[in-house]
Amino acid sequence: MALAKAIVITGNGTNCEMEAAHACRLAGFDEVKIAHISEILYGEVRLDDFHFLNLTGGFLDGDDLGSAKAQANRLKHARIAGSNEHLVDQLLRFIADGKLILGVCNGFQLMVKMGLLPAFGGSYLDQVATLTFNDCGRFQDRWVYLHCNPDSPAVFTRGIEKGIYLPIRHGEGKFYTDSPEVLERIENLNLSVLKYSDAAFSTPTMDFPLNPNGSLNAIAGLCDQTGRLMGLMPHPEAFVHRTNHPRWTREELPEEGDGLILFRNAAEYVKRNLP
Amino acid sequence: MAHRIEVSLKELVRDARGERIRREIEHFLHLSVTSVRTMDVYSIDAELSADELETVASEPLCDRVIQKYSIDSPSASDFDFLVEVGFRPGVTDNVGRTAREAIEYVTGRRFGPGEGVYTSVQYLLKGDLERSEVEKIATGLLCNTLIQRYQITDYATFAAGGAKPLGIPKVAVESRVEVREIDLNVSDDVLMAISRDGVLALTLEEMKIIQGYYQRPDVVEQRKALGLSGNPTDVELEALAQTWSEHCKHKIFSAHIEYLDENGNSEEIRSLFKTFIQGATKKVREELGERDYCLSVFKDNAGVIRFNDDWSLVFKVETHNSPSALDPYGGALTGIVGVNRDPFGTGKGARLIFNTDVFCFASPFYEKPLPARLLHPRRIYEGVVEGVEHGGNKSGIPTVNGSLVFDDRFAGKPLVFCGTAGIMPAVINGEPSHVKSIDPGDLIVMTGGRIGKDGIHGATFSSEELSESSPVSAVQIGDPITQKRMTDFLIRARDKGLYNFITDNGAGGLSSSVGEMSQVCGGCRLDLAKAPLKYSGLAPWEILISEAQERMSLAVPPAKIDEFLSMAEKMGVEATVLGEFTDSGFFHILHGDRTVAYLPIHFLHEGLPPMRLRGVWEVKKHPEPRPVEKKDYTGDLLDLLSSLNVCSKESVVRRYDHEVQGGSVVKPFTGVTNDGPSDAAVVRPVLESFEGVVVSHGICPRYSDIDTYHMMANAIDEGLRGYVAVGGSPDLVAGLDNFCWCDPVQSDKTPDGEYKTAQLVRANKALFDYCVAFGIPLISGKDSMKNDYFDGVTKISIPPTVLFSVIGKMEDVRKAVTMDVKRPGDIVYLLGKTSFELGGSEYYAARGFTGNRVPRVDAATSLKRYRAYHGAVDQGLVASCHDLSDGGLAVALAEAAFAGGFGIEADLGRVLFAGVACDRRDEVLLFSESASRLLVTVRPEDRERFEEVMSGNCFSSIGVVTEAMTLTVTGLDGSVVISGDLATLKEAWQSPLREL
Repeated sequence: MALAKAIVITGNGTNCEMEAAHACRLAGFDEVKIAHISEILYGEVRLDDFHFLNLTGGFLDGDDLGSAKAQANRLKHARIAGSNEHLVDQLLRFIADGKLILGVCNGFQLMVKMGLLPAFGGSYLDQVATLTFNDCGRFQDRWVYLHCNPDSPAVFTRGIEKGIYLPIRHGEGKFYTDSPEVLERIENLNLSVLKYSDAAFSTPTMDFPLNPNGSLNAIAGLCDQTGRLMGLMPHPEAFVHRTNHPRWTREELPEEGDGLILFRNAAEYVKRNLP
Repeated sequence: MAHRIEVSLKELVRDARGERIRREIEHFLHLSVTSVRTMDVYSIDAELSADELETVASEPLCDRVIQKYSIDSPSASDFDFLVEVGFRPGVTDNVGRTAREAIEYVTGRRFGPGEGVYTSVQYLLKGDLERSEVEKIATGLLCNTLIQRYQITDYATFAAGGAKPLGIPKVAVESRVEVREIDLNVSDDVLMAISRDGVLALTLEEMKIIQGYYQRPDVVEQRKALGLSGNPTDVELEALAQTWSEHCKHKIFSAHIEYLDENGNSEEIRSLFKTFIQGATKKVREELGERDYCLSVFKDNAGVIRFNDDWSLVFKVETHNSPSALDPYGGALTGIVGVNRDPFGTGKGARLIFNTDVFCFASPFYEKPLPARLLHPRRIYEGVVEGVEHGGNKSGIPTVNGSLVFDDRFAGKPLVFCGTAGIMPAVINGEPSHVKSIDPGDLIVMTGGRIGKDGIHGATFSSEELSESSPVSAVQIGDPITQKRMTDFLIRARDKGLYNFITDNGAGGLSSSVGEMSQVCGGCRLDLAKAPLKYSGLAPWEILISEAQERMSLAVPPAKIDEFLSMAEKMGVEATVLGEFTDSGFFHILHGDRTVAYLPIHFLHEGLPPMRLRGVWEVKKHPEPRPVEKKDYTGDLLDLLSSLNVCSKESVVRRYDHEVQGGSVVKPFTGVTNDGPSDAAVVRPVLESFEGVVVSHGICPRYSDIDTYHMMANAIDEGLRGYVAVGGSPDLVAGLDNFCWCDPVQSDKTPDGEYKTAQLVRANKALFDYCVAFGIPLISGKDSMKNDYFDGVTKISIPPTVLFSVIGKMEDVRKAVTMDVKRPGDIVYLLGKTSFELGGSEYYAARGFTGNRVPRVDAATSLKRYRAYHGAVDQGLVASCHDLSDGGLAVALAEAAFAGGFGIEADLGRVLFAGVACDRRDEVLLFSESASRLLVTVRPEDRERFEEVMSGNCFSSIGVVTEAMTLTVTGLDGSVVISGDLATLKEAWQSPLREL
């Protein structure tokens, strides 16, 4: 079996590259590369050489035009130096090759705004949803309970029984679609992988602060129909060890944090399915 | 003609920003508005085709799922008044910068010189409003007229097509390079006028030293050879003013002081800094001997200590008070991204691992009239909190520790302390990372942002009191993303060994950074004409001292310069060679071929004789309240929990990302519902290891009203106490002092200067005494000495304040302790003794008293107790620990109980008391703020071992954790004196600032 290789893109305001890389290593990836976007734009690093792409948290370009908007524009229009290829061509090839992409927080915002999610019927550059300002009007750092949809095609959440507990840290996390039909289609296809819920992970909720941003249908995470592309507002890489948990000094917790399962599933999928 | 693209939300989309502003209008200005909607406006001053404009509007500038756009056609509708707010010329416009880059990607063309994008926001107000009220909304909330402009249009005018656009804030300055010479052969009055009119902040004595230098025959001769006259150039005078400013030179801390104590005993102090601060560290390091963990203290931008064999820890705390008073958002944002550059520019450069923030404000509910130019404390609160939020969050650095301190004297100047820690490999490319040097011939390279008129005279302006005429150019707006790009690049350059030396461009700009670097190698030759500018038209002296943000200065060896510059270009970072370092002994500045400044390094840095000050101490007697004997103190406890200094700051803290980088162990909030207040933060900076960094702080300005000596002692103890409480090791701990004083220099404006100087001396004496006694080396610090407001009539001076930050290590974070009680049946211990020390307490303050019995710190017994407690933590015997501070035992019991979600029964009869019997009263035991006390809970099965570890120290078991959700405290006569259910106590604590 070939080595399982993960890449984390950084630069222009991405912040969570180190802990995302750490999570990939813990999860069993043999090689983890933190690549600055300039290395990709100059053709020094190619997405083709990796199996798992991490678009992680941060404030791309300061979120100045709306979260991740400027980077979505950059990825769409930027060319790889010394070639006719656009970066977006590499990205679409990566998807066509059956590889995995996980977008977290700012990375999720980027995926949605590029149209990589929900990408109905594989139409990958068609934006039909967005993530916008929290209803409370403020950035929030707090932990949330996430109910996991057992019927979703997402490869990342396989084996999660009821739900997971993770921190959110964002000002623009309210999931919104351009029409009720889009929302309905997301639900019918079981693409809404994770929803903000009560502490028992049983019922999705619209109540603040359990639902910290007012997302439609309490949607916190979304995947495409292949299940290989997923994005979520909460930070799985921020809970990989029990000491990350806000109550680890008072609760009996397993050594491993809830977030690691997403990365373990990715590693396992790569090892099983990608040559 | 600039094109105007307006972007607004679609009809049914909620406008969270507009809703927030509507609430704030109601809350702050007491005006009722039906609705507020907002629109973003981009004014594009560049050549774009119609197609390109359409693509730009519809793709990067508009999120079509929720927004719509219009091009060159006003789109506002359904409003009564429209207020458009945009920046003034030259103010940093981060969104405009990002929009420009996005447009460049779309068109594939770079913007030409003079082209740009300018942003503004339209607020559409609906409601029954008078124009004067809208004016009030604009100036009181939407627009800071110092940095922004606004325009109000009523609907009728708008509908008739009469709305005039705000216009673009293009900087229009004539491109004229002018260097003036200043004739110093003038009277003393004229010398002072030169200093005052030029915002040089130089005293007459200093002006005369400069005058004398230029009159020296050898100097005249030397200058003639370079084509310079016998008068200083404006570049030289500005460089001297910057280098000699209080802000950069710390003249007060270096002064010769004659100190007289209350008995008239006189003492001569030659430099507070050398005697007490450096002196303390020297003594502690001697006592540590081979265990000394200090690596670099007081010589670099931040202090460096050892973390382990592989890593070194860097820490610095700064203040950004004056700019935050004028523009709270920009000032605070610049404060945080500015202090980031300190550890980043320390040694060979450190990766930043966390921020800390402490703010001192007047009450946000302040209702007294304010003198001219002072913003309402509530606006300062809002702006500062948001500035630090953006600065910290966008930089990807967790904000892990901080506090908010309230006293109405901070209306005169708010204090904004921002700290940043970093970590660097102990060895980089074979050399210790905390050491750096410059070789003559190394190139002077500036990286990051461009230079503009922003931040001119920041260093000299903050060396004066705030007044109605404080300069507007002193304010800057930070740009975290430009800085993040630069630091991403420089860390990589560091690891490749592409530079020899790095330092930050902060106060004083290039004059300060290159000036200090020239001291390292003996000289420089720098061409200001090579510096990249935001717009043309800057005079050479402005280029030299501009404090435009996001810049680092480096020394790059010529052999590495090509690789350095090409890597910078690839990573989208501007890097420019400005000249070279020399060993000529001169600070030599050119503009093109022309020499515009030529100053000996020695004169520049050592030419200033020490200031002379006199401090006269007197003990001030405050009215002492009568003792109170009540049956029930529950109401007093509820009042204390609701006081601004004690109450929950969760609404602020949740706005700060405290978990990014993945190493958070003890967070700001803890407990059964994640909302109890932690005493300190624990962070794992290296994710592969369980070694942790622990950080906390102490600050108690109220005690300064009684005696700054004890204020300082208590601040040190408070910092150490919180640090030890969570598990920080007493064997690897360091301190940083940040002094914020009111002007102590005796003058007509400051008739009580001698008393304020004495206060300063006493705080320094305590700093020495307690750092030595606790074994805490000071590794860095800062002073800000002019925290007053004076408009000629009204003077507001802050209470003398010291922030004492504590940083250190814990070997295994899995042993960390939090403050929430853990389970019913656990035994509640109080470590330390309680005395009648209500002077300066929160309890007295609530009753309108200061009192006189300020808490005294006994360092020797406290340290012994802290060490024993740390042993108990190490053995896993501590279930919870909360330090006692504002509000004393009663507040600590309530917080520990409601954080843990279990009740406590405690008995005051079992509290150890020190003092005369008649002072042993319920009131004293409940609310006294005696130092060095910890409230600890222990499992019953660990009782014996815990008591064994603590034996030989003052401690007693005072109660038990209970299933019942109540706090019950029994008084000395055996009856219940506090009985409160946890929900009520918690609500009192959470409600005051919840909505802010």
